[in-house]
Amino acid sequence: MRVVLAEDLFLLRDGLVRLLEAHDFEIAAAVETGPELERALAELEPDVAVVDVRLPPTHTDEGLQCALRARRRRPGLPVLVLSQHVEQLYARELLADGTGGIGYLLKDRVFDAEQFVDAVRRVAAGGTAMDPQVIQQLLARRSGDGQGPVDRLTPREREVMELMAQGRSNAAIAGKLVVTERAVAKHTANIFVKLGLEVSDDDNRRVLAVLAYLDRDR
Amino acid sequence: MNTNTKSGEGGSRARGTVLAAGRGLALAVGSLPLSILGFCLSLVSMALIPIGVGALTTPWVVKGVRAYAERRRALAERWGGVRVPSAYRPVPRTGDPFRLSLALLRDPATWRDLRWLLVDMTAGFVTALLPAVLVLYPLEGFALAAGLWRVVGDGDGGAYWYGFVPVDDQASAFGAGALAAALLFVAHRHTLNVFRVHFLLTAAMLTPSQAELAERVRVLTESRRDAVDTSAAELRRIERDLHDGAQARLVAMGMDLGTVEMLVDKDPEKAKALLAQTRRSSAEALSELRDLVRGIHPPVLAERGLGDAVRALALRLPVATEVSVEIEGGRLDAPVESAAYFAVSELLTNAVKHSGADRIWVDLRHESGRLRLSVTDDGTGGAAIGAGSGLAGVERRLGTFDGVLAVSSPAGGPTMVTMEIPCVLS
Repeated sequence: MRVVLAEDLFLLRDGLVRLLEAHDFEIAAAVETGPELERALAELEPDVAVVDVRLPPTHTDEGLQCALRARRRRPGLPVLVLSQHVEQLYARELLADGTGGIGYLLKDRVFDAEQFVDAVRRVAAGGTAMDPQVIQQLLARRSGDGQGPVDRLTPREREVMELMAQGRSNAAIAGKLVVTERAVAKHTANIFVKLGLEVSDDDNRRVLAVLAYLDRDR
Repeated sequence: MNTNTKSGEGGSRARGTVLAAGRGLALAVGSLPLSILGFCLSLVSMALIPIGVGALTTPWVVKGVRAYAERRRALAERWGGVRVPSAYRPVPRTGDPFRLSLALLRDPATWRDLRWLLVDMTAGFVTALLPAVLVLYPLEGFALAAGLWRVVGDGDGGAYWYGFVPVDDQASAFGAGALAAALLFVAHRHTLNVFRVHFLLTAAMLTPSQAELAERVRVLTESRRDAVDTSAAELRRIERDLHDGAQARLVAMGMDLGTVEMLVDKDPEKAKALLAQTRRSSAEALSELRDLVRGIHPPVLAERGLGDAVRALALRLPVATEVSVEIEGGRLDAPVESAAYFAVSELLTNAVKHSGADRIWVDLRHESGRLRLSVTDDGTGGAAIGAGSGLAGVERRLGTFDGVLAVSSPAGGPTMVTMEIPCVLS
């Protein structure tokens, strides 16, 4: 699997290259500026791009803008965006086209190599990887008044929904919560009924539906 | 007009003379009614303050006169090359018309404007008109010499006076022509200077006095001291947070890693547990640093500017918040941007904590060199500057940028806090 990596800090770029290569990814390019990333994405046609939000020369949100432009040119191009901070605003922009293949994670998540690599694979396969912090922000807003549908979920259902919104499959959720996959499927069905969402067999469509629901304005 | 000019400089001077005459005429004709109107309205409006009506009209009239004076200042700079500084005290944004009128009357600039109007409608009018007279009057002299003298004499056979020349035959008409030529020469040499006198007069009347400038310096000194105090306090807070937070965690992690090194052969299980703990510590240190950075300068502000930073902030609030932004054509200066962000952030925190609102509206717009921010909520109202509301702090910090803050918060709501900061886009 070919990866284009954009990160301006040498230590982190180097670390990411080693980490990804150790997990059998092929690094097509590891660049450090926005224009280089733009070129690499256009010319190398990677299977997935791992991109830092903030890149030279402007040190603003150059990486994010590059990724969004690349996805407009090639819809569904898998992009995993990394940042020192996560913002619901950026998550919303990344998810706006509704085509999946999007990841948005804190750089801290790199500490857990297994989970990080899993997230890269998921995104490359067209799935979703949302940072738990984004999900918590969304949930905190949703359950502000203690009256909404989210507040009617049982604690376990809420746990399942958090993991689902992060983009994990039923199998992964079952593994994480140490329950059977059938139990997870049951929780999922309950969640969708309580939130009034349409059930779908497609994992990623389900994830996007939950995210859209959480992000909807009250 | 170009009959008596040969060099290019003379030509441009002639053009300048005609231009000055035209502008002077327009200025004289245009400004006379406005100055008289402004003066009369001001007097009437101020006289009516005691019976109440004047309190409602005075702010409008004074603001109108100020806008008019500002236009004339701009004109003096553009047409006459005379810079006229302006120093009005910030207009307090209070809803009470009496307090507003009183504050305006206490500003010496208001009275200075009135004196200027009086001078402008007399001496100002004459000096503005003079260039046109100097250019047009000689034309009449030439016309008389060319034969007009035959028709202008009055019926009784008395002479027609052109300047000091009585015109009653061709010879005296030529005399008038000669005077006209002399006048035209004077016009050619001095019209520009005469026109400049008008603007110097404006400058003399409208330039703030030493006392006003001294007052301004006092205010600036005070707000600068506040700014220095605030930033020193901020630095102390950051130092303490780093010292007790991330720094302490890094020390602990270093020690743990030392222990791991020692344990790794003897007790691998324990070493593993300790490593996991170290990783948790590093994650916590990172999250503390993140919060600290957010407090110093929010990353979204650096990446996207004020509009999106406030939008991102609104998305974190537990109360539904609508943000509308009209800042077009560039970014604000970084210090203003940061001050505005933290002011809005403070107001939003207040609204969420104290107002009991279930909707908040934030409006940011930049127009005519000012950034206007307003935060409105549908809560219970009763907010006031002072009394530990945090609003006083916001007002003080805005003061550094000559910004002002106004609160409208009747009991029962809604609360609307408005801020204005003069600034340009870059």
